[in-house]
Amino acid sequence: MIGFILRRIVSMFVVLFALSVLVFLIFFATPGVDPARKMAGRNATPETLAAIRASFGLDRPLPVQYLRMMNRIVITRDVESYSNRGVRVIPEIMAAAPVTFALVAGAAIIWIVASIAIGLLAAALRGTLWDPLLMAIALIGLSIPVFWLGEVANLVTQQRWHDTPLFSWVPPLGYTPIGEDPVLWFKHLVVPWIVLSVLFVGFYARVLRSDLIESENEDFVRTARAKGLSERRVLVVHQLRASMITFVSLFGLDFAALVAGGALLVEVVFGLPGVGRLTYLSLSGLDLPVIMATVLYGAFFIVIASTVIDILYAFLDPRIRTA
Amino acid sequence: MGVAPTEPAIDLPLSPGPSRGTWATAVRRLRRDRAAMATLVVLVVIVTSTLLAPVYASRVAQTDPFRSNLSGTVEIDGSRVPVIRPNPSGLGSTPIGPTFGRHFFLGADTQGRDVAARILYGGRASLIVGVAAALLTCLIATGIGLLAGFTGGTTDAVIFRALDIVWAFPIYLLAIALSTSLLVQGLKIGPVAVDPNSLLLPILIIAVVFVPYVARPVRGEVLAVRQREYVEAAIAQGARRRRLLFKEVLPNVLPSVIVIFPLIIATCILTESALSFLSIGVQPPQASWGTIVNDGQNQLYTRPLVSIAPGLLIAVTILALNVLGDGVRDALDPRAKIRRRKRRARDS
Repeated sequence: MIGFILRRIVSMFVVLFALSVLVFLIFFATPGVDPARKMAGRNATPETLAAIRASFGLDRPLPVQYLRMMNRIVITRDVESYSNRGVRVIPEIMAAAPVTFALVAGAAIIWIVASIAIGLLAAALRGTLWDPLLMAIALIGLSIPVFWLGEVANLVTQQRWHDTPLFSWVPPLGYTPIGEDPVLWFKHLVVPWIVLSVLFVGFYARVLRSDLIESENEDFVRTARAKGLSERRVLVVHQLRASMITFVSLFGLDFAALVAGGALLVEVVFGLPGVGRLTYLSLSGLDLPVIMATVLYGAFFIVIASTVIDILYAFLDPRIRTA
Repeated sequence: MGVAPTEPAIDLPLSPGPSRGTWATAVRRLRRDRAAMATLVVLVVIVTSTLLAPVYASRVAQTDPFRSNLSGTVEIDGSRVPVIRPNPSGLGSTPIGPTFGRHFFLGADTQGRDVAARILYGGRASLIVGVAAALLTCLIATGIGLLAGFTGGTTDAVIFRALDIVWAFPIYLLAIALSTSLLVQGLKIGPVAVDPNSLLLPILIIAVVFVPYVARPVRGEVLAVRQREYVEAAIAQGARRRRLLFKEVLPNVLPSVIVIFPLIIATCILTESALSFLSIGVQPPQASWGTIVNDGQNQLYTRPLVSIAPGLLIAVTILALNVLGDGVRDALDPRAKIRRRKRRARDS
């Protein structure tokens, strides 16, 4: 077990290194492009360009530049935004992270519950009209662009039907920290939670249904039936548990990807001040230090999270340790 | 591994890859799939109407949907009205709403441009980017997958690890990193220069981002096909590498690429729209469905259709491609288990 953890951690550092090199190459060594120009954003003065060349050491060889960049992002953490002078990027990211986490965690609860319910129902009702109907709904959920769904939700809850009792409780777009006013926090997040979860409900319900139906022919299902268990018990207890393996491993990765910045579209549409929105705000000015830092932190988060998930898995399932 | 030939290997057919019959059967099956056929019709309608965008703009709407038209007027029901009307309060102005008539069918945007015509042009850009990126992804990925799976050894290990690392990157972050880094000055590799405003840039970016998602299954398929008896038979007959690769392995890997192709197009269109919505995809003066949804954000409450209509078209197109993708999969391989998009194989 200790050997497995060590191996896993070593491989994690290899991947982290490779990822940071990749990010470095994307931002500093794109062929035919002057990185200082890029860093400075759209309307840069010659002074800014000179300052950037000096501060990132752009006249030095590439490996030195790489070390400088990593030093500034990970160790000294004094990368500054170019459009908002003096604003340090890393503390901003740390301040925005809890908002993103609240958004993703709430949506995750909805998508787990709803997709298990839909997947189970569809599998149980196979052969009736309900199964294709539920799967059609799941497919529609899977096909809707999330930013557009958010806008439609805003249109309905903020304006068209805002004055009806149905949506009069929805507060204006924005965010209140949970420590300030938990009720308002909740009200702010309900609509974004639902909007963010729709895609995943569709996807996970489809995956779960097909897994459940595949496990139909497994020996353990036949055994459970032979024991005289009710159909319902076989499905909910035996088949569902076996199907949860795919479900859980998908979930870990999706959750990490969303926290790392994948929830950006929803944050933008609902004006939630999370990490994704931080990235978004720096997009229009092409404020590359901010983008670079959020991208690197996002990628690092995912790699570390997937290592943790793997180690937890190995605790649960000894077969993985030797693999 | 496998079966020791009891007969002389020479009598074995050299190339038993999917025969004409397989493809013909698949097409026949697909034709019987009513849902897939219905969505095919929907897609054909969408594609033709976006191809007719210039005709619509010049003949029907009679405007240039790429030139701002702040002080223009238009004749509706016999009276001339301004396209952009100042608000009675004196603050700001409101563009003309949907007339559902010949001019400004869906109204105008804040620049006074005909939204319906822009949506048709935008759809053309969205579809071009989506299809071109999907083609490019599949091409690169098939090449990489074949190379990795066929050569094996160190090449395979290096390629596989590299794909793994790109895979660890969340799609949007990678796409954002690439586009922000390329948007200011474009891309220059030797004599080839890509202008930052050209459609080629989003196509390249999206294609690169999805390569690992296709290359990994292709590599797996190549490894599986290499173990098959017909490949061994070909080797036993002294077939050269080139023949093995193009006559034995490639034809048998191709169906699995075709199966995911509609889904890759759908994913590429969705990614393009998201990037364009974030203003780092298709760049002005070009428009795509994503940029139009973004344009309409500011007038969401007054003129909702500017955002709603292109978003609805994206959703319908993606849905149609997803249903078609299911149909193609069932047609090519009816016994296949429902293939899941496994995001990432568990690390060793």
